[in-house]
Amino acid sequence: MSHTTEVPHRRPTPGHSGAGPTTPPRARRRPGSQQFAAWAFLAPVTLYLVLFYAYPLYRNIDLSLRNYTVRSFVQGDAPFTGVENYRTVFDDPTFAPALLHTVVFTAVCLVFQYVIGLALAVFFNQHFRLSATLRALFLVPWLLPLIVSASTWSWMLNSESGVVNALLGAVGVDQVNWLTSPSWSLTSVIIANIWIGVPFNLVVLYSGLQSVPAALYEAAALDGAGAWRRFWSITFPLLRPVSAITLLLGLVYTLKVFDIIWIMTKGGPADSSTTFATWSYQLGFGNLVPAFGPGAAVGNLLVVAALVFGLVYVRVQRKQALS
Amino acid sequence: MNSSSRQRRLTAAALTALAVATTATACGSGSGGSGANAADSGTYTIWDPYPQFDKGSAWAKLLDSCGTEAGVKIKRTAFDTSDLSNKALLAAQQDNSADVLIVDNPVVSTLAEAGVLTTTDDNKLDTSKVDPNLLAAGQSDAKTYGTPIGANTLALYYNKEVLKEAGVDIASVKDWKSLTAALQKVKKAGKKGVTFSAIGTEEGSFQFLPWFWGSGAKLTELDSAQGVSALSLWKDWLDKGYAPNSVINNTQTTSWQEFASGDYAFAENGTWQLANAEKAGFDYGVLPIPGADGGNASAPTGGEFVTVPVQGDTGRYATSQKLVTCLTSTDNLYDTDTTLSYVAPTSEVQDKQVAANAELKPWVDAVKAAKGRTSDELGTKYPKISEQMWKAVQSALSGSTSPKDALSAAQSAVK
Repeated sequence: MSHTTEVPHRRPTPGHSGAGPTTPPRARRRPGSQQFAAWAFLAPVTLYLVLFYAYPLYRNIDLSLRNYTVRSFVQGDAPFTGVENYRTVFDDPTFAPALLHTVVFTAVCLVFQYVIGLALAVFFNQHFRLSATLRALFLVPWLLPLIVSASTWSWMLNSESGVVNALLGAVGVDQVNWLTSPSWSLTSVIIANIWIGVPFNLVVLYSGLQSVPAALYEAAALDGAGAWRRFWSITFPLLRPVSAITLLLGLVYTLKVFDIIWIMTKGGPADSSTTFATWSYQLGFGNLVPAFGPGAAVGNLLVVAALVFGLVYVRVQRKQALS
Repeated sequence: MNSSSRQRRLTAAALTALAVATTATACGSGSGGSGANAADSGTYTIWDPYPQFDKGSAWAKLLDSCGTEAGVKIKRTAFDTSDLSNKALLAAQQDNSADVLIVDNPVVSTLAEAGVLTTTDDNKLDTSKVDPNLLAAGQSDAKTYGTPIGANTLALYYNKEVLKEAGVDIASVKDWKSLTAALQKVKKAGKKGVTFSAIGTEEGSFQFLPWFWGSGAKLTELDSAQGVSALSLWKDWLDKGYAPNSVINNTQTTSWQEFASGDYAFAENGTWQLANAEKAGFDYGVLPIPGADGGNASAPTGGEFVTVPVQGDTGRYATSQKLVTCLTSTDNLYDTDTTLSYVAPTSEVQDKQVAANAELKPWVDAVKAAKGRTSDELGTKYPKISEQMWKAVQSALSGSTSPKDALSAAQSAVK
């Protein structure tokens, strides 16, 4: 908290006073000044990275390696316990289900978001009347605050009074306990998350489609290729670089989805929709007595997972740049 | 010329960088020390969990007038209840605590354990008038860490019209058996039975406790036969359709909304809904939650404690004590608890409340019978037990395990 408030407050001061002591350095000019300049220019961004990325990350790792109780949290004398918190997390009965849910949630969301996004992108690429308007409408889920869309979903999926069950009831389907039955809760949050993720895929894939030369389609049409054939032989292969980036970014985003699940089900009932993201929050903030250590440990596992895929992303990007 | 201006920019950049780095180190060591209180010794900070009251509200005005009385300026910050305990811990870590902190009562023992709060020995607060069962929530190891500003608890609201239609005489509802029989009649009449909140948070435990205690079970043994009977009661209601399946995800607010629709015969809810009950548009009554074999079950006490966090400058306690005493003086308690729709923590003010509004009588009785969640020397053990308890309730009600297995798993997880 104090970082964000104090840094911008103090930074301007030396900027002004810095105009004063400019004379002494001039006398000490050396050939190394060029290197000094380089470092000086690097300093702001380095500091920014250190302050807002490296330090919090270090703190999080430190939190996960100490045995924090509320008392030692306040007094800052928590004993170092090594990987004890990680062992607690691995041995927790919640670990296996949370891992499974995280994998299922991420994989299913990604596949559906990508397929639906791609289908819509190809559809809107026809440039029919009103296509721009409709495309804009598809962005609505993306523009809404997550708390609004998640609350709306949880109302719609309410067992007793939700509109979804009312519709199902009208066609003779029994009440489905979308959010309150262990067998449906994960499905419900996945559906909501797919809805939220489609616009992102649509936008990126649609802009990718703009770079596919129209001449190729004309040539293929002249050669007698049908629409399906043109999609598989032209659109899809030429879209591959964009697809890879969309999927990888989507993966990192989906891995850390928290708000939707927390608002809709709180990870329950009985951990049936708990992922690493909600579990970490539950441990750190969901109880009257917070378990900071294990909470940080779960958070770090998520960071590692995201990092692995981030590295994959960098590699893929480099490969693309070379080819 | 050209090079000198470049040099100047460089120096400026380097100095900026240096200054930023220094600031960073200062922050990193956590000894900022400025902020909430050091800014001006004539300004006292108060943190409360009442974001619903804005600057113009009676509550904010009361704080200001108490400040004026003590000769200091008040800086008030309102937090969401669920945020406040973490904010208070973080502030204490930065040695930046508020002068007066108003927190939900089960949090008091946690903050006390963390060494964040002063005892009444240090801050000289007078708690002699407060009802002992309410004060107990703020006590551990024979020390008292604050004084309640007001209390609330749970009872059953009932819809007189629905009960009449179903032919239920409310006087017949005396224990679990007769309550279940009433629910059965209501269901037969085509109406809905009872709604409550069994969400997977502290709220869920809070709502389950009257039934748990009403069965004779103790928090130190979650999986006793009595405990299982309480959870089975809820589970049975869900299975038979006396209670909606949505209770598993209901907060107390959404549960109230269900009751306010007018379809439900009963709703378990708190004192704070009284004002809304008047607006519901149907005739309602209030019934203490019955115990398993009759009598009234103890419900858990809700409501906040006014505490004085530990300060580096112990000279501030004297003024903080004046502020708290002002806030909890008989006249001010009456006004505050009326605004909050709470029952006052002292008999004196309770009598005044009942004299002004006879409908508060069952609530005052319920509060007198109520029990603090952290009482019985549970203290900081309570949050762990509570978490396992709401998990067990969720597992059983959603059908993933039986009540017995759910509570045995909960009990072994607490150990």
